[in-house]
Amino acid sequence: MERIKSIKQLQDLEATLAAARKSDRPVVTVCGGIGCTANGCQKLVAEFKKLISEKNLGDKVELLVTGCLGFCEMGPVVVVYPQKTFYKKVQVADAADILDSAISGKAVERLLYTDAEGKKIEKEDDIPFYKNQKRELTGILGVIDPESIESYLAAGGYQALAKVLSGMKPEDVINDIIKSGLRGRGGGGFPTGKKWESCRKAADKLGASKRYVICNADEGDPGAFMDEAVLQGNPHTVIEGMLIGAFAIGSDEGIVYVRNEYPLAIKSLSAALAQAREAGLLGKNILGTDFSFDIRINRGGGAFVCGESSALIASIEGFVGEPRAKHIHMAESGLNDKPTVLNNVETWANVPLIIKNGVAAFTAIGTGDVTENPWNGSKGTKIFSLAGKVNNTGLVEVPMGATLRDIIFGVGGGIKNGKKFKAVQTGGPSGGCIPEKYLDMPVDFDELSKVGSMMGSGGMVVLDEDSCMVDFAKYFVEFLCEESCGKCTTCREGLARLKEILTRITEGKGRADDLELIEAVCETLSQGSLCALGGSAANPVLSTLRHFREEYEAHIFQKKCPGKVCKKLIKFSINDNCTGCTVCAKNCPQNCISGARKEKHVIDSAKCIKCGVCKEVCKFGAVTVE
Amino acid sequence: MASYDTAKIDAILAKNEYAEANLLAILQDIQAAEGYLPRPALEHVAKSLGISIARIYSMATFYKAFSLKPRGKHICTVCMGTACHVRGAGRILDKIEENLKIKAGETTKDLLFTVERVNCVGACAMGPVVIMDGETIGNATANKINKVINDIKADSKKS
Ligand SMILES: Cc1cc2nc3c(=O)[nH]c(=O)nc-3n(C[C@H](O)[C@H](O)[C@H](O)COP(=O)(O)O)c2cc1C
Ligand code: SF4
Ligand code: SF4
Ligand code: SF4
Ligand code: FES
Ligand code: FES
Repeated sequence: MERIKSIKQLQDLEATLAAARKSDRPVVTVCGGIGCTANGCQKLVAEFKKLISEKNLGDKVELLVTGCLGFCEMGPVVVVYPQKTFYKKVQVADAADILDSAISGKAVERLLYTDAEGKKIEKEDDIPFYKNQKRELTGILGVIDPESIESYLAAGGYQALAKVLSGMKPEDVINDIIKSGLRGRGGGGFPTGKKWESCRKAADKLGASKRYVICNADEGDPGAFMDEAVLQGNPHTVIEGMLIGAFAIGSDEGIVYVRNEYPLAIKSLSAALAQAREAGLLGKNILGTDFSFDIRINRGGGAFVCGESSALIASIEGFVGEPRAKHIHMAESGLNDKPTVLNNVETWANVPLIIKNGVAAFTAIGTGDVTENPWNGSKGTKIFSLAGKVNNTGLVEVPMGATLRDIIFGVGGGIKNGKKFKAVQTGGPSGGCIPEKYLDMPVDFDELSKVGSMMGSGGMVVLDEDSCMVDFAKYFVEFLCEESCGKCTTCREGLARLKEILTRITEGKGRADDLELIEAVCETLSQGSLCALGGSAANPVLSTLRHFREEYEAHIFQKKCPGKVCKKLIKFSINDNCTGCTVCAKNCPQNCISGARKEKHVIDSAKCIKCGVCKEVCKFGAVTVE
Repeated sequence: MASYDTAKIDAILAKNEYAEANLLAILQDIQAAEGYLPRPALEHVAKSLGISIARIYSMATFYKAFSLKPRGKHICTVCMGTACHVRGAGRILDKIEENLKIKAGETTKDLLFTVERVNCVGACAMGPVVIMDGETIGNATANKINKVINDIKADSKKS
């Protein structure tokens, strides 16, 4: 794209591009997000392309490949505009029918979403999964091509930057962000405007000319993909946010630190950076002003602790990612000892929204009253990645203050296979498990911490009745034990001890005083660790202990696993429902099921490795686990 | 060991401006080119940048993305992130390990397969997820993955 030379030219561009792109042709939108990619959407895209060229449909339909459309569970997802018809689980063989129907305007019945009552729903906006969300940041993912800057511009992209550069002072920008009440989406919930203000002030006082803005796209929470989805599907919005932040603090250099496991996001961002440079939106004298700024990418190395601010900076500087003590604030001395602002992907993505639509539009959504103080509420929306044992997994955006029930049942459609809800894990390895009795709690930064969890970055993993809370706590402890950088004794040794204790409990060797021991270790861990990895490592354990103590006790005293997960504490047997169909015997890896055809089978418990295959394959519910 | 061709490494160093601050990126580029971090390559980096080999090893062992041993021709990565864990990733890994008779992090003797674990690749909604030679497979089952593995095994026997 040609270089945009002035602010005025950029402002005019939205209308001209939108008009140029507007066509009477129906648009077949195929989700190219990572979830649908895992479901084979690339083959589908190839098929659409092939059919369009073979049948010469180029002037009748338009094909658009986007980022995550949200409802990953139904992937590969296709949405046809202008009707906004939503098609689920689309296979290569369905492509021809979709093209025909896009042209005729009549929906392909068999690919429509069916609700819980069996009713077919045609339009995306009528599907409960979408209807119950507020898609301020994610809605646009459905209409833009991540690889095209024109498509972002046509959707009003970079207009917030134009507004900032046409007369706002850095202080005005900072004030707007403070007034909006925007708080960091990376987990801590620190007011973004305040962070920028202290950096600007400190840097001005020091007379520092070099300042950095960094985007934290390390997304370390295993089980969360909000940042991936935003970065891959709409990279320009993150760039625009960083441009505005750079203008506000007076920086000319930005860095995006991306998780190495996100190749699609890295590809999308790299292309976007090149396009923005070409269009004169990055580089020297942006839009003919004296503001200059550019961004580069740093790939992570697969270490969770590198998401922590000081470790992230060490990693960018080319060292191992060990956190440092925070006597000195990053605002004064961050990357290369220069004043630095670090924000999360989703935080950056909110910035253009606030500037463009105004503070009032942003504060209209969310909880609390932030007119006096940004700490007094949680404003705007929050994106969650809903996963685990819930019907509608995917990317979910709701107003701050929505309840867990709204999210898990309203949007998520409840628990898979009609099972019972047991808990929801929020905040990843630093967060905790929340039981059923708190389902009506509003979700914002302050409420979740009251029950021993935290907002975290937005990972939300739902557990059903078949989960074991002790085993789950052990999972996080093992994760953290592996990821601890090892600098602090409390974190390194404390996590190793916790792992040891939890392991013995899950093996039925728990001791009567183990629960007190766990609490004591957790206390030390929280008190004596340098960074928040160790500091919050106790959360997954203490929250499960607090809300599911009886489950721990069952393991220790009755040597039973109520969730029937811990292998050492369960036993497989065959009950009278058995029809003698022999299926289990054929599938048992240990060959330890015997019985004549049409007669009740028997498991040799001495040889059984409790793999669960027999229970999975038995169609008659004849395998009992106790 | 036969002499190691350092031209490739020089190109990587040049691309990264011979800057020590880019050490992580340099090692990533070597790993991408070679599949792992060969000792002679690391020695060459140390010499060229004027840093100690220990400094490089501290990086190579701290960051999980790196392997100091040659990896297999086919890489099977099982996601062990939370979302995949609760949907039975552990059982899939068990079955793959059983099939290939190696543990995660190891490579088969014939250098055909390496099995690795990863903590989330962002396709959590499709969990459990396995990545086979760069292709992300959602809603993975042990049977589905072992079939892919067995097909590769059979193919390699033919040729
Ligand atoms: C162990 C650890 C891991 C973290 N991982 C991430 C991460 O993956 N992404 C992120 O944005 N913040 C992460 N954080 C929080 C960052 O340190 C930092 O607070 C955040 O990026 C600031 O941006 P925000 O104010 O916009 O949230 C992590 C913190 C800790 C202690
Ligand atoms: S708390 Fe753990 S991860 Fe953090 S610095 Fe200490 S040892 Fe490293
Ligand atoms: S699969 Fe079920 S019904 Fe068939 S033999 Fe086994 S236990 Fe009996
Ligand atoms: S649990 Fe596994 S090993 Fe045990 S009887 Fe069933 S199939 Fe065989
Ligand atoms: S990746 Fe396609 S809907 Fe999320
Ligand atoms: S937890 Fe497996 S892809 Fe995220």
